[in-house]
Amino acid sequence: MNLKKFSIDFKNKKKLIPQVLTLAFIISVIAYFSYNAQVNMGNRGISFGYGFLSQESSFDITFSMIDYDGSYSYGRAFLVGLLNTLLVSVIGIVFCTILGVTIGIGRLSQNYLIAKTAEWYVEIFRNIPLLLQIFFWYYGALRLLPLPENAMNFNDISYLTIKGWYVPKFIWTNFSIFFSSVLISIIAIFFVRKYGKTQREQFGKHIPVGIISILILILLPSTTFLIGGVTLSFDYPELYKLTPTVYNFRGGVSIIPELISLALALSMYTATFVAENVRAGIQGVGKGQKEAAASIGLTRGQILKLVVMPQALRIIIPPTTNQYLNLTKNSSLAAAIAYPDIVLVFAGTALMQTGRAIEIISITMGTYLFLSLTISILMNSYNKKMAIKEK
Amino acid sequence: MILNFLKPRREKLNTFLSIGIPLISLSFIDFFSNSFFNINLTGFLPETLSYFFPILVGGIGLYLIRIEFSGVRLLDKFNKNVNSTTFNAILTLLIIFILFKYIPPLLNWFFFDADFAGSTKEDCTSGGACWVFVKVWFKRFMYGMYPNPEQWRINTAFIILFTLIGAAFFVSQKYKKYIILFMLFIYPIIGIKLISGGIFGLKWIETGAWGGLSLTLIVSAFSLILCFPIGMFLALGRRSTLPVIQYSSLGFIELWRGVPLITVLFMSGVMFPMFLPDGTYMDKLMRVVIAITLFEAAYMAEVIRGGLQALPRGQYDAAKSLGMGYWRMHLLVILPQALKLVIPGIANTFLALVKDTPLIFVVGLLELAGMIQLAKTNPKWLGMAIEGYVFAGLVFWVICYAMSRYSQRLEKRLSTER
Repeated sequence: MNLKKFSIDFKNKKKLIPQVLTLAFIISVIAYFSYNAQVNMGNRGISFGYGFLSQESSFDITFSMIDYDGSYSYGRAFLVGLLNTLLVSVIGIVFCTILGVTIGIGRLSQNYLIAKTAEWYVEIFRNIPLLLQIFFWYYGALRLLPLPENAMNFNDISYLTIKGWYVPKFIWTNFSIFFSSVLISIIAIFFVRKYGKTQREQFGKHIPVGIISILILILLPSTTFLIGGVTLSFDYPELYKLTPTVYNFRGGVSIIPELISLALALSMYTATFVAENVRAGIQGVGKGQKEAAASIGLTRGQILKLVVMPQALRIIIPPTTNQYLNLTKNSSLAAAIAYPDIVLVFAGTALMQTGRAIEIISITMGTYLFLSLTISILMNSYNKKMAIKEK
Repeated sequence: MILNFLKPRREKLNTFLSIGIPLISLSFIDFFSNSFFNINLTGFLPETLSYFFPILVGGIGLYLIRIEFSGVRLLDKFNKNVNSTTFNAILTLLIIFILFKYIPPLLNWFFFDADFAGSTKEDCTSGGACWVFVKVWFKRFMYGMYPNPEQWRINTAFIILFTLIGAAFFVSQKYKKYIILFMLFIYPIIGIKLISGGIFGLKWIETGAWGGLSLTLIVSAFSLILCFPIGMFLALGRRSTLPVIQYSSLGFIELWRGVPLITVLFMSGVMFPMFLPDGTYMDKLMRVVIAITLFEAAYMAEVIRGGLQALPRGQYDAAKSLGMGYWRMHLLVILPQALKLVIPGIANTFLALVKDTPLIFVVGLLELAGMIQLAKTNPKWLGMAIEGYVFAGLVFWVICYAMSRYSQRLEKRLSTER
């Protein structure tokens, strides 16, 4: 880092005075607020500190990916909330990318109907507040689903009901072996790609990297079933009678309607922005590039894959990452429909119980801040790497 | 040989058309009879084949009429726009079928089967949407809990506002700036006094009673007006060469941009009172407006910074060479040009702001979406959620769509000027 940038020129009064004033203003604001906070907390008999994180939380969370009940600590509750936030964000990101890329390409289609449909999708879903969309799915559309006894049945494997979506549960033995085999195959693919690239660039040899990668990814993990002692069985959900009139499912995994509606609304809303980015990216590649590629005899698929996409991605990726960040931040709207994300669990229930407003809000905001800053730092370094290096 | 024979050719145009068009018609007839009259014409075929029959036959039909440069204008246009490849043809058929299948029921629900007359839930008998719900609750959706006899005050405030905006568009350039200055600095005070009352014999109405769409507009308008100067200073600070100012602006901007609005609102709700001197009470609405202002100011700063960066260096050099100081240079030369550049960006920020206001329900303020949440839990109106959300969605959509259209038009107009 350039230290000279930080050094302050003490001789130049014109530069010194505004800076000192700014600093004094910031410090006095912070001092004033913290003095007030101290007085207020003193009056209410609470002292500042993060010790409450290890206390027993004594509240339940409806949906958790790790073991949790009331006997665990507030710290654990925070972790549950954070994992739930990450879960819905990852699901949202995956689906909004698929949907967004499809619609973005659709908007550029030569087919008039497809282009118009895609355009109207974007115009409709972009201009309705996300919160309303979440409410619509949760309180409106998903409430129309059937009760468990007449659930929508998908081949006796999974069931969609008003209480959620019941899917089979994966029961693994020796999951760690399987997982490490997947990791190893990913690393192997990385080396194969690298080898293929050098072969192509140095000797002009074409190695079918794609097929080899897929083969590795299928073969290596499946051998662990044969020799590694890995087994996989499914626990299917089944209907049972709770009371003579009330039915429910047991077994399997229940994906709660809160998660479904949140993921649905987030991905449909963010997809509109991703679609616009994709469209702008593809349009940003000069027409001459496509024509030049066509004139040397590349097929349409090859043009898209080898010429248009590499250049378009450079335009698409930065704003799209921004949208992924927005999606993660927007997932905090979960609090509105009681999906137990970090805001609801921590800034809601835990805050209500402990009354430690400053600590809890600062942790929550700090977590989001950490996520966003990490991603934007990674993004900036990626952009630097991808930027066109002019010679 | 047979493939070559089947390949659509221009010479045998009429043959191919007379085979292709009946096939397409057949596919549509099969589809319509299936979905509207419940008659399966292709019931003799296996189930899956019968299901995909319209697409299969339609696809073949479209393939047969795909003849380049046929000389028939309508056909060429059709092929170019919706039938350029087999993949496109199948997609075209799919989209047409999906639209025909799902649009009529939706229209029926929305309009033809809907109930408009009546005053209770029991009046909704036809099975479509129950717009009676929206009709009965309309005043609440617009004005919140604001007492009925006083609602003319909100109306007056908004009518004055819209008249001012309209006037700003039509009067000559000379008076335009006075109107805008009046709108930005004096009107907000008049408007808020008119709505809150307490002076000139107007009844005092506490902010807790405000709500509905009018609250959405009040919150977004005030936040926009307030966040603008803060954003401008932050943008200038971010580009300052003085390290303390630069890094504190940067830190402030990144802090607000890195957190979701909902946590900021939580902060204004539960954490901010702890920071005030003991015993002082700040109005909830005011706290919310401050929170949204600070949050949006960070985004505004980035928008304005974009404008500052887009200005050519020559502008700065020219201003400096005239002997202008920092403030004179920025106020007279740089900002007027930079702000003009970013008007579309500001419009987009405002759009995002309007879409974000429903979040204020987390601190208990009920604007349009919040009022619908309240209305649908009323025991007399249970099960009206979808109608409420569709209504609110339509209202927001009209506002946001109009604004985004306007900002796109501005963008086009401003970009051609350069």
